[in-house]
Amino acid sequence: MNTLSSAWSWLTSSANWSGDGGITHRLTQHLYLTVVCLALSCLIALPVAVVLGHIGKGGALAVNISNVGRAVPTFAVLVLLLLTPLGRHGDWPTVIALVLFAVPPLLTNAYVGMREVDQDVVRAARGMGMTGRQLLFHVELPLASPLILTGMRIAAVQLVATATLAALAGGGGLGRIITAGFNLASTPQVVAGALLVAVFALLVETLFVIGQRLAPAWARGSTE
Amino acid sequence: MTAPPHDCLARNEWICGAYLSTRRSILWDAVLQHLQLTAVSVLVGLVLAVPLAVAARRWRWAAGPVLGVTTVLYTIPSLAMFSLLLPVYGLSASLVIAGLVLYSLTLLVRNILAGLRAVPEETRQAARGMGYGPIRLLLAVELPLSLPAAMAGLRIATVSAVSLVTVGAIVGYGGLGNLIYSGMNSFFKAQVLTASVLCVLIAVAADLVLLGVQRLLTPWTRV
Repeated sequence: MNTLSSAWSWLTSSANWSGDGGITHRLTQHLYLTVVCLALSCLIALPVAVVLGHIGKGGALAVNISNVGRAVPTFAVLVLLLLTPLGRHGDWPTVIALVLFAVPPLLTNAYVGMREVDQDVVRAARGMGMTGRQLLFHVELPLASPLILTGMRIAAVQLVATATLAALAGGGGLGRIITAGFNLASTPQVVAGALLVAVFALLVETLFVIGQRLAPAWARGSTE
Repeated sequence: MTAPPHDCLARNEWICGAYLSTRRSILWDAVLQHLQLTAVSVLVGLVLAVPLAVAARRWRWAAGPVLGVTTVLYTIPSLAMFSLLLPVYGLSASLVIAGLVLYSLTLLVRNILAGLRAVPEETRQAARGMGYGPIRLLLAVELPLSLPAAMAGLRIATVSAVSLVTVGAIVGYGGLGNLIYSGMNSFFKAQVLTASVLCVLIAVAADLVLLGVQRLLTPWTRV
């Protein structure tokens, strides 16, 4: 209980919020890292998954990439990239490692979503004379969107969580508060940093849930 | 101009045979620690997950809280998890194990529960009709039939645990992660690459071993 109350007083002291290593700065870095990586991974994963799902091929590839991806420690990828010439280019090693980490869940969910579209509906649409493009944009994508959104939610939450690892390799973000706490042997600061990241992750999860609730009925997968 | 040294260690190359031969014992110790941390945490996770999943299956009111709590635990980042547990365990291997146990719980509980729920009602009724009590029904019918789903969860949990152990380097108990961490600080390329590759190899090997165990345990799924 004592640790929690000292962590709370660390969090509420205004001196810890301002300045270069302050909470506000670290929070901004964390948000920036998460948003950039999520956008990049969506740009890479979603078109590939949607096209593979539309033509109905390469499913085993998507699922296998996902499984192999889980076996590769993000921390190791980060450090490996850091030691290559890329390591001198600021945030790039972190961004690449995080994008590699976020692509598999996006890819699998979007592919599965496209494949699970009711084949009777697809045949009906074809029977109505829809072209491949119309079928993709007016039938398959809307019906697959609940699973695509779920994939994005999983990826976003895991990105927030994993972006803390950047700090182990000297990068920015909320993880820095934790590693700095370890170096100072200050348990309250470590716990305070951990709480910040956990709350951030839960906040992102909540935002996605609210977003899905507010979305139009077809995007929620509702059949009402 | 000095000639480049003949030793690949001195040239700091990514792939270096001399590193493998001179640091064999360090690598071996790290691999052992890695395996130990993974095995203990997944086993503890399994011991906790089975009763939780059985409880969630048996009593409807238990399912919500069990799934809710394990999902929230999974959302907490690994680095943050280790730090939150720091006041309880201090800088120790138990800290890393406790964090990994909490992670594997989510995957294990979900998959075991899915397996239990997929047992056909007819099968359970047939067993009851043959005079099976609730305990015998669970041990002899429901748990074996949920094995394929449970094993799928166990494989994912194990592979994830192997990769998460590396983060334990922050408290000095990260197995191969320790070598990656110290290699990063000293720009020791061969050490970082070797330890990373070993991590992936351990994950793949563990997955294959569990796949073999699954085939042995569920002969009825093979025709």
